[in-house]
Amino acid sequence: MSLLSVTGITKTFGGVMANREISFDVKPGELVGVIGPNGAGKSTLFDLITGFQRPDAGRVTFDGHDVTGWRPDRISHLGVGRTFQKLKPFAGMTALENVMVGAFQKTSDVAEARAAAMTALEQVGLGERAEAHARGLSTGQRKRLELARALATRPRLLLLDEVTGGVDQATVPGLIRLVRELHATGLALIVIEHNMRVIMEISERVVALQLGQVIADASPAEIVRDRRVIDAYLGETWRE
Amino acid sequence: MGFVYALIAAGLSLIFGLMEIVNFAHGEFLMVAMYVAFFAWALLKLDPLVSLPLAALLLGTLGFTVYHGIIRRVLDGPMLAQIFATFGLAVLLRSAAQFLFGVDFRTVSQPLLAGRVALGPVFIGVPQLAASVAALAAFVGLFLFLSRSETGLALQATAQDRHAAALMGIDTQRMFALGWAIGSACVGVAGGLLAMFFYIFPDVGTPFALLAYVTVALGGFGNVPATLAGGVLVGLVEAFGGLYLTPALKYSAVFALYLGVVLWRPQGLFGRF
Amino acid sequence: MGALAFPAVFTLPFPRHVMIMIFLYGALATAWNIIAGYCGQIALGQAVFFGIGAYTSSLLYTRVGLTPWAGMIGGVILAVLVSQVVGYPVFRLRGHYFAIATIAVGEIVQALIINWDAIGGGRGVFLPIKRPDSFLNFQFHTSKAYYYYIALGLLLLALGITRWIEGSRRGYYFRAIREDQDAAAALGVNVAREKLRALAISAGLTAMGGSFWAQYLLFIDPESVFPLSLSILICLVAVLGGVGTLWGPLLGAAVLVPLQEGTRVMLGGTGKAIDLLIYGALIIVISVAQPGGLMGLFGVSRGAGSAR
Ligand SMILES: Nc1ncnc2c1ncn2[C@@H]1O[C@H](COP(=O)(O)OP(=O)(O)O)[C@@H](O)[C@H]1O
Ligand SMILES: [Mg+2]
Repeated sequence: MSLLSVTGITKTFGGVMANREISFDVKPGELVGVIGPNGAGKSTLFDLITGFQRPDAGRVTFDGHDVTGWRPDRISHLGVGRTFQKLKPFAGMTALENVMVGAFQKTSDVAEARAAAMTALEQVGLGERAEAHARGLSTGQRKRLELARALATRPRLLLLDEVTGGVDQATVPGLIRLVRELHATGLALIVIEHNMRVIMEISERVVALQLGQVIADASPAEIVRDRRVIDAYLGETWRE
Repeated sequence: MGFVYALIAAGLSLIFGLMEIVNFAHGEFLMVAMYVAFFAWALLKLDPLVSLPLAALLLGTLGFTVYHGIIRRVLDGPMLAQIFATFGLAVLLRSAAQFLFGVDFRTVSQPLLAGRVALGPVFIGVPQLAASVAALAAFVGLFLFLSRSETGLALQATAQDRHAAALMGIDTQRMFALGWAIGSACVGVAGGLLAMFFYIFPDVGTPFALLAYVTVALGGFGNVPATLAGGVLVGLVEAFGGLYLTPALKYSAVFALYLGVVLWRPQGLFGRF
Repeated sequence: MGALAFPAVFTLPFPRHVMIMIFLYGALATAWNIIAGYCGQIALGQAVFFGIGAYTSSLLYTRVGLTPWAGMIGGVILAVLVSQVVGYPVFRLRGHYFAIATIAVGEIVQALIINWDAIGGGRGVFLPIKRPDSFLNFQFHTSKAYYYYIALGLLLLALGITRWIEGSRRGYYFRAIREDQDAAAALGVNVAREKLRALAISAGLTAMGGSFWAQYLLFIDPESVFPLSLSILICLVAVLGGVGTLWGPLLGAAVLVPLQEGTRVMLGGTGKAIDLLIYGALIIVISVAQPGGLMGLFGVSRGAGSAR
């Protein structure tokens, strides 16, 4: 049984077909990588899964529920967490308060939420920055913060949009280790990532998008040998 | 009247398009312009039509000063600070007018143009007609400036994407200040025109500003040409509202139009995507 | 405690009147702070709820003979209902579209009331003067002290509710919505519902202020209880003191009301508008130099709403 099923979803913006009949499944505990050049429709796909956009056609099913067209907060309550490519910290709140907002999904008690939020912050290595205002954090720290926030909702599926994008190279290995650790706890993940080496290293399966369409859905080893993927993407970005 | 609304709104829209700031003191700018016209008439014996360039110039200077004195400093601040900086300015200007000129209604008597003409079945005051024509002309001038002149195009580029514009070597600070100057000058012209036939008092700008917000929203914030259509629409709704409803309710009709439009098409009637 | 003893010390009507106005505006601004300061929704139509409170209690008293206290509760209920009906569609708007929509709603409501002859139209409503003083009639002609304590009670209620919100899940949700609606939704916050709740609380408290005002003046009309200028004044009080903080709105009222009442008495009438002149300048300076309001000067800041 798959945890998430995406079947034939399509989304157009004006004349641009951002997603075209995309279908794929994610099994419980699986880590799926999503690759594709800029503008391929990766973030749109996340928006469609998490309810921030409504698909023009197709279905999204999570854990047996047809969640197509649901509001984002309801989908979150079902167990789907996400981060945003363009980070959205609660800038005027402390890191701890940021994460507490997520933790409140499972408890209305402030003390319990604070404890759960602290655990999540420590899990992502931000324990010491708990009292810092989110606007004072570095980009890498904000990414971790966003991750901690999503984790605090205790999701069963976590969608990460460009985990290592825009952070300085030195912090990349730490973020990758973090994703690995999360995966090891049994959490299913979909990870959008531009850095091919990272995606090949961590994914169990890779979905490749181009111009809104799935052009390959295979193991990392097969993906790097796929003609279409190489033409569309690897040829130009397979570099460090 | 629709053309005058459009001109007032165009100034607002231009500024919003440039930097996503709504000038809540827009109505007070208009009031200032009307007092300029009034005193030019009372002290210098200049008809409002004649003092039009003066009003435009003074208001342009006011806009420029306000940009550098206030707006520049809240540009990167929270929206609340932006809204209330201009609100504060509105309160300041209005109470300054009240303090200096009192609350009396003033009028420009014996204007150059007077009387009324028959336009088909309806009679229209000559000053009103002249104001419409002049407002339309000013609007067309603004439009040509924005779409043809190099500076106008630079303004538009800045409105599209200020970072990209900065990369192209456009001095965005200058463009912002210029936007405020031109946007305010539009109100200067509109105020001068209105002074020909409207009472002048400290609160006079408020209803015009409210209508301008509606007009701008109808056209889609930042879309200057579309404000012309928005202005005409608002003018029509107001006129017909005035015909069929009591005076107090005619503005309600305009506001209801606003709510209907933004709820139904949040990007405005003519907004793109 | 000093506040409780104040009427005993100051027996003249004027200082008491000033204090009553501080409490009233403090309460109104505190109520606005809940929707705007915490939840980040810059609603510029609070006068709608104020007017509803004033009219409901007044009409229930003059027409049905209901005690204004019950009328006040009726006003709260009606204001909350209206807030939900209006809020539901309007909260879909963001940024300036939202702010201007709330102005539009306020203007429409005022115009409707002016034209609604059955409830007095533009002439307003006079409340019959009843002697002797009676708690039940909510009229006290011998001493302002009663009004003083009632206004203080209203303020404390508003502050108490704010304090409770601050310390509960709801407050975290409100602030999260203020900072970023999408991120809040992604974490499971029902954004539309929380906004409606914030508005309901704000509307109910504002309506109570309206009922109080009607009983204090015993005359209301659409120009005095529904105007846009009142909506704006409420916001300006809060902004001056500092939005998103517990004490900011009260601080704003404590600065502004004496200024307003003082200049009014010293210069007579409202013709000179010096209070507003100073006030406008203050607001500009605050917005430019210290968006956290006067509270920001004390280092108290919750990051004034960056709602977009
Ligand atoms: N809200 C939107 N409105 C209009 N076009 C959009 C919107 N979101 C995405 N697009 C367009 O959809 C396409 C896919 O974008 P996106 O999903 O962000 O790609 P990716 O994340 O793969 O870089 C792009 O052409 C983009 O311009
Ligand atoms: Mg993307």
